[in-house]
Amino acid sequence: MTIAPDLQGRSYPPAEPYSVGRESVRDFARAVKATHPAHFDVAAAAALGHADLVAPPTFAIIVAQRADAQLIADPDAGIDFTRVVHADQRFVHHRPILAGDELVAELHVDQVRAMGGGAMITTRAEISTVEGAPVATSTSSILVRGEGQ
Amino acid sequence: MTVSVTTLEVGQSIGSTTVHVTRQDLVRYAGASGDFNPIHWNQSFAEGVGLPGVIAHGMFTMGAAVQLVTDWADDPAAVVDYQTRFTKPVVVEDTTAEPGEPGAVVEVSGVVGAIDTDASTARIDLTVTAAGQKVLVKAQAVVRLP
Repeated sequence: MTIAPDLQGRSYPPAEPYSVGRESVRDFARAVKATHPAHFDVAAAAALGHADLVAPPTFAIIVAQRADAQLIADPDAGIDFTRVVHADQRFVHHRPILAGDELVAELHVDQVRAMGGGAMITTRAEISTVEGAPVATSTSSILVRGEGQ
Repeated sequence: MTVSVTTLEVGQSIGSTTVHVTRQDLVRYAGASGDFNPIHWNQSFAEGVGLPGVIAHGMFTMGAAVQLVTDWADDPAAVVDYQTRFTKPVVVEDTTAEPGEPGAVVEVSGVVGAIDTDASTARIDLTVTAAGQKVLVKAQAVVRLP
């Protein structure tokens, strides 16, 4: 497969909203071995001034990777998902993700660089509430290994 | 514990922690995150794509490492910016037959890397290693403090 040369600058509109449930927050917290009570106990979250359970700092990856999946599944993009390696990741939180949020992500392909026979692709998911309030920006670089790499 | 940005010093340690990882932990992370790539749970698939064995999701390691910071700040919402590069994979041995035995051990420590008193934030630089090698590089969390 060949990475589409015009991939850089492409964007993908928000798909179905992701509903952040309390049990999803608790499950994700357990999965990253987080034990802070604000992930599990609504009263503990409220004591810190939060309206509901607080998601762990990397929870936004769920929403970001759903957005990335649109790009990787796009046959026109030319990305072989079996050759994808996660190279770097950054989250900027404009406000914490809380249980009860309805989130959407708009995906932007910010950069495509040739790396050997493959490519390094940097994507940015702008995560907001369905009402349009900014929540988080997730930036990921994936290395798509070329043949024989 | 309440941490204040005015009492911090660059270079100060925020502590360290050890994370034990098993194959079951990776299955749990796959389910919670929706990332079911078989390199994180299937030995023969992982070997088939040239890996030394089943490896942890980079996002698992990134997510587990930041707990040192959220617990120190005593509020998970204090982390306003968190980034890392994934350099080496964390290979997780199959210890299914030896309950309680970790398949990998990840060591996490953190120091105050920078302080911005105007923004009331501190940058925490994390060192994250497994089997003696750095697995995350430039792992930095910016926390907003009182």
